[in-house]
Amino acid sequence: MECKCNCNSNMKDEKMEQILQKYDADKNNLIQILNEVQEAYGYIPKNAQLEISEYLKMPMAEIYGVITFYARFILKPKGKYNIAVCLGTACYVKGSEKILDRVKQRLGIDVGETTKDGKFSIESTRCIGACGLAPVFTVNGEVYGKATIELVDKVIDEYMNKD
Amino acid sequence: MKTLEEIRKIREEKIKELDIRVNSSENVKEKHILVCHGTGCTSSKSPKIIENFRKILEEKNIENVRVIQTGCFGLCSKGPIVIIRPEDVFYAMVTPEDCEEIINTHIIEGKIVERLLCKDTNNTTVKKLDELNFYKKQKRIALKNCGVIDPENIDEYIAFDGYKALEKVLLEMSPDEVIKEVTSSGLRGRGGAGFLTGKKWEFAKIAEGKQKYVVCNADEGDPGAFMDRSILEGDPHCVLEAMMIAGYSIGANKGYIYVRAEYPIAVQRFQKAIDQAKEYGILGKNIFGTDFEFDLEVRLGAGAFVCGEETALLESIEGKSGRPRLKPPFPANSGLWQKPTLINNVETYANITKIILNGADWYSNIGTETSKGTKVFALGGNVVNVGLVEVPMGTTLREIVFDIGGGIPNGRKFKAAQTGGPSGGCIPEEHLDTHIDYESLAQIGSMMGSGGLIVMDDSKCMVNLAKFYLGFTVDESCGKCTPCRIGTKRMLEILERITEGKGQEEDIEKLEILADTIKKTSVCGLGQTAPNPVLSTLKYFKDEYLAHIENKACSTKECKALTKMQIDSEICKKCGLCVRNCPVGAIVGSREEGFKIDTEKCIKCGLCASKCNFKAIK
Amino acid sequence: MPEMIKLNIDGIDVEVKKGTSVLEAARKINIDIPTLCFLKEINAAGDCRMCIVEIEGRRGLVPSCNTKVEEGMIVRTNTEQINNYRRVILDLILSSHNRDCLTCVRNGNCELQELTKKFGITNIEFEGTKVNNTIDEISPSIVRDASKCIMCKRCVAACKNVQNIGAIDVAFRGFESRISTTNDESLNNVNCTFCGQCIEACPVGALKEKDDTTKVWKKIRDKETFVVVQIAPAVRVALGEEFEMPIGTNVTGKMITALKMIGFDKIFDTNTAADITIMEEANELIERINNKETLPMITSCSPGWIKYIEMNYPELLNHLSSCKSPHEMFGALLKTYYAEKEQLDPKKMFVVSVMPCVAKKFERQRNEMKNNEFDNVDAVITTRELARMIKQANIEFTTLEDSSFDSPIGEATGAGAIFGTTGGVMEAALRTAYEKLTGKELEKIEFEDVRGKNGIKKATIQIGDSYINVAVAHGLGNAKEILEEIKAKKADYQFVEIMACPGGCIMGGGQPIVNSKKRLDNDVRQLRANALYDIDEKSKIRKSHQNPYVIKMYEEYLDCPGSHKAHELLHTHYEKKTKYNI
Ligand SMILES: Cc1cc2nc3c(=O)[nH]c(=O)nc-3n(C[C@H](O)[C@H](O)[C@H](O)COP(=O)(O)O)c2cc1C
Ligand code: SF4
Ligand code: SF4
Ligand code: SF4
Ligand code: SF4
Ligand code: SF4
Ligand code: SF4
Ligand code: SF4
Ligand code: SF4
Ligand code: FES
Ligand code: FES
Ligand code: FES
Repeated sequence: MECKCNCNSNMKDEKMEQILQKYDADKNNLIQILNEVQEAYGYIPKNAQLEISEYLKMPMAEIYGVITFYARFILKPKGKYNIAVCLGTACYVKGSEKILDRVKQRLGIDVGETTKDGKFSIESTRCIGACGLAPVFTVNGEVYGKATIELVDKVIDEYMNKD
Repeated sequence: MKTLEEIRKIREEKIKELDIRVNSSENVKEKHILVCHGTGCTSSKSPKIIENFRKILEEKNIENVRVIQTGCFGLCSKGPIVIIRPEDVFYAMVTPEDCEEIINTHIIEGKIVERLLCKDTNNTTVKKLDELNFYKKQKRIALKNCGVIDPENIDEYIAFDGYKALEKVLLEMSPDEVIKEVTSSGLRGRGGAGFLTGKKWEFAKIAEGKQKYVVCNADEGDPGAFMDRSILEGDPHCVLEAMMIAGYSIGANKGYIYVRAEYPIAVQRFQKAIDQAKEYGILGKNIFGTDFEFDLEVRLGAGAFVCGEETALLESIEGKSGRPRLKPPFPANSGLWQKPTLINNVETYANITKIILNGADWYSNIGTETSKGTKVFALGGNVVNVGLVEVPMGTTLREIVFDIGGGIPNGRKFKAAQTGGPSGGCIPEEHLDTHIDYESLAQIGSMMGSGGLIVMDDSKCMVNLAKFYLGFTVDESCGKCTPCRIGTKRMLEILERITEGKGQEEDIEKLEILADTIKKTSVCGLGQTAPNPVLSTLKYFKDEYLAHIENKACSTKECKALTKMQIDSEICKKCGLCVRNCPVGAIVGSREEGFKIDTEKCIKCGLCASKCNFKAIK
Repeated sequence: MPEMIKLNIDGIDVEVKKGTSVLEAARKINIDIPTLCFLKEINAAGDCRMCIVEIEGRRGLVPSCNTKVEEGMIVRTNTEQINNYRRVILDLILSSHNRDCLTCVRNGNCELQELTKKFGITNIEFEGTKVNNTIDEISPSIVRDASKCIMCKRCVAACKNVQNIGAIDVAFRGFESRISTTNDESLNNVNCTFCGQCIEACPVGALKEKDDTTKVWKKIRDKETFVVVQIAPAVRVALGEEFEMPIGTNVTGKMITALKMIGFDKIFDTNTAADITIMEEANELIERINNKETLPMITSCSPGWIKYIEMNYPELLNHLSSCKSPHEMFGALLKTYYAEKEQLDPKKMFVVSVMPCVAKKFERQRNEMKNNEFDNVDAVITTRELARMIKQANIEFTTLEDSSFDSPIGEATGAGAIFGTTGGVMEAALRTAYEKLTGKELEKIEFEDVRGKNGIKKATIQIGDSYINVAVAHGLGNAKEILEEIKAKKADYQFVEIMACPGGCIMGGGQPIVNSKKRLDNDVRQLRANALYDIDEKSKIRKSHQNPYVIKMYEEYLDCPGSHKAHELLHTHYEKKTKYNI
């Protein structure tokens, strides 16, 4: 019996299609594709996993395994403002734990979580190469160096007042 | 496409124009404003500085002044750094707002902006970069072009002898001769283990197989290290050129560079370098008219420290989770897609062109008996000058920390230095005079590692530090083998216990048993070295462990659970500021009666102490 | 002659074939190096580190399961240091393990428990947090209990490398590592085929069948219900293992006695249904050949395989024979033909199948397996569950007397028996098709070409003046190869047999679990298969169409193979299934 269902071809999302187009249907490209999906969506949506699975002809469990292995790939979108506190050694030695604690306290969430309103999320990173400014944190990639609790408060207040 | 002739011509022409970058000839008309575009300075707004300079120059119609973005100068803690050539004046901690003044005063009026000059560690004001103590003991080989050239301009690279080594190798040397040169230079892998680079090349060359690969390990997972990143950002072509030389030597025509995706500037610069090299016909077929061909691709890592381990890296390039493979077989025989593969670190490659051009003898004259050449360190932590330093092997730790690093800030005392990151060990004061080379560091329980060097002052608790490193390895363990997967977790739990005042007498012995088992039975280098931070702190700072366990005390007050926040009523001015700042409402009392901290409620965040203007809370 | 390698292990010289692992070489001289993650022919990843040994001249300790012997090697397996390390590693595994042995399905047949006993561990030194403890018991076939998992990854190797499915894989990293489906879904919602090969591979109680014994006991004890049990061919040659009998012991007679003692009302042999399946299948094949319909025809008696093709190659579904699997056919007949004959109310009948298979638990609840609103089969229990029931009934199995299956539909042929091993369906079908097509008696009835352990077996069989090409694949990895061939139209087979489990049902996911050590010492598949071939050889009747009961059933009820009635009861059809319901 021939399958007449073409649901999958209809469902494809354009952004995904564009990404997949760039790569041969070769398992070796999985991480590169995931990196692009992460970049494009801010996380790896389930549907994207499904499409990658079909395109590369690999089981979804294997893709899930790779996604969950690498810290960069996340399964849920981050908050609108993602605060990343560097916990690299240089920053740690300069007291980044206190910075992180303060961020957690202010937002009432833990590392890897997003506030209920979806506005903020917290991440911890390893050295971002700005050890000269340690301790360092970033908000959506913008770097704040020589951080203090006051600076954290100031920056969070600023973003709280933004949309 | 450029012919070899054309490339040689670019070199000749361009160097005339760029001579002012290295020589201070006073009577050239042009000026170059060099602005650091390394990660450190970029983070403190150097792109904006570049933009402002260009805008102001245009507005004021000033010609003959070029603004150039460079790689890291090294002294990142004084960034953003601006240098004006040919007079070689060095401005530190420049802000975008300072640009106007620099143009007006320095460029137009020809006077130095005194307030932006840098104070050295001995408090003298320094005009030129290399007058700083920071640079005096350094020797830049791997970092030769960093801070000198515009990394995004292949011509500038060519001007400073770029692709000359490749030319020499392709036209004048046989693969065996190249390998011999690398071998006799004594260069050892800078990725950590210190394996003799020439030997590795030889293994890859004699390995059987038509298809071979060259891989560059730019994963740099050590948290607190940014040497490789700085090289890629400041001088990407030198790595590219070295990979081609390696390809020629071992018989590979394809290379991969594995860079962490968290290094966007490095990725983008390296990609640009590849594109430019392809445009010039340096990458591709029939390179320099020979029948050598080479192709290069960038592969991105995605945030896993273990992917720096060479076999995990190969798995990751192949698109899989980065779980290490069992060795043997070694990558030289069975690497990427089971083909012979040469893997070297960024810094290792960065030395190659210099060795080819200046000769093995020149190189092997630098350094110590067993460790030749220089080593780049990312110096960080409680030290005055934080940044990138490159020193000859054999330099002592004391020289790095005190002469180059300028010692410990805030009048505190040196306590320990950590080399080798999470795989390394803590080095106490008594070993500060150790000469840096692979063997000496190993002897005192640490290791060279990739070059992270973190200095700690006496405010740091060593048990807490060991816990920090172990927390890192627990997070980063791939989970493949039992001892590392569960063992490191158990060690971490014990350390957590100790820092929380719940340590038991037998915990030290337990740590030792676990450490020994994990080191000896783990699959890869991550597990095999993970216990080092614990072992070295146990070796040199056992007292601290004992104090935590027996007296439930942490002398540095870093271990929150062992400290009690208290208001010193003698000092307290009853201003009430602390009350408002306590996030959990643990401070009780009134302005009349004074304030007290409810230790049950207090979460020891330290906020009240940091807010109190009178330092009444400890 | 294979090249031989001499080496020395713990002071004893040993000579083994090149390519042997140090672990296997040691076993040759009665040294039993402890292992956990190693499983012969399935996994030698060197992950658990229990099997570490010292090899002179090698840096560090090496896993013996993953290290090949080399000439002149000097190996030490039993130094104080190594034993201490092994003990710590074992301790670590136990420290994060849910150690409730008493209530664990693998109590008594657990590799971890065995090692714990062997090392005399009576106290966990390095207690700490445990790994996650999610349980997935949603599917009708398999229960996954993460709290028992020791991350040996044998299941992943079986599922991904052998079966080429990849329903489960290693996810997360470090201490958080776990075996997971995509997005931690239930196995029920993903591409799992329920072949159960992962269960067979698991050294501990992290994977098990969904237990249906309680349900069966309840019906047995209910006097109102007429409980019929039927037993698949592969069960009888493996059940004995659960009672410490040698692998490959045929315990048919004892098994029937035990079933009687348990209290089943009637005990029938699924082999009889296998004979009916052959009648139908052979007929379908002949019709397809004559009417030039879609070929090759592929067998359809393995539900793991059916789920596989539905999910992965829906475009090839028209190649599938429309026959139900034997026990479903039997169920359909029991609730119609037999019920009528014995004047039983099908509503009050309860048909239990004892199967070597966990996929059949899934199959039995499919909509396609119903007639007149009745499920053809009401419960499927595995060989292991039957063993448990026998024990629960306080039966001393090994010393039981033999009994025979119940008449009137009890008798089966040798052809039905070999259904349980790879190539068996093919062989049985050929015996019948040959005689039906040629009208002549088949002289040599063993088709050696389709026997044996090769993953894919091909043969060309002369039938009268014509030839038919056949292929046999077992294990889904091999099935995939054949399907790709068919898809690419590169196959000129007329008939293909596919079994989901490598080795066929004798190695099914419901069979007694043979631990790693025993698998190293015995060729389990061969021993069990031999027992089935032995039953065949000793059978009076060895061709399905000569089974007198089958002939009678057609005469009395079904008319002829492929008749309208037969289609209604014994045939079905399959449809595309999505792999991921997420
Ligand atoms: C856990 C672990 C992490 C590593 N990380 C890096 C790294 O980030 N960069 C690197 O070059 N080498 C790293 N290495 C070392 C590599 O495995 C390998 O030895 C090196 O890339 C070889 O290059 P070399 O000979 O030039 O040093 C790491 C090793 C281990 C065990
Ligand atoms: S030592 Fe750790 S990182 Fe290395 S393979 Fe084992 S679990 Fe993975
Ligand atoms: S802030 Fe300091 S001075 Fe003010 S009430 Fe608190 S402890 Fe006293
Ligand atoms: S340390 Fe933090 S929680 Fe404790 S009293 Fe001070 S502000 Fe409050
Ligand atoms: S898996 Fe084994 S060790 Fe674990 S509880 Fe079950 S029987 Fe005991
Ligand atoms: S073995 Fe020990 S724990 Fe288990 S049932 Fe017997 S006495 Fe109890
Ligand atoms: S039952 Fe089969 S397909 Fe499903 S997870 Fe287990 S091995 Fe894989
Ligand atoms: S489920 Fe079983 S086979 Fe799979 S990894 Fe866990 S213990 Fe091993
Ligand atoms: S081969 Fe047998 S045991 Fe395996 S799934 Fe098919 S019917 Fe079940
Ligand atoms: S450690 Fe934080 S930026 Fe380097
Ligand atoms: S990044 Fe500018 S000096 Fe290092
Ligand atoms: S490492 Fe050999 S049995 Fe697990």
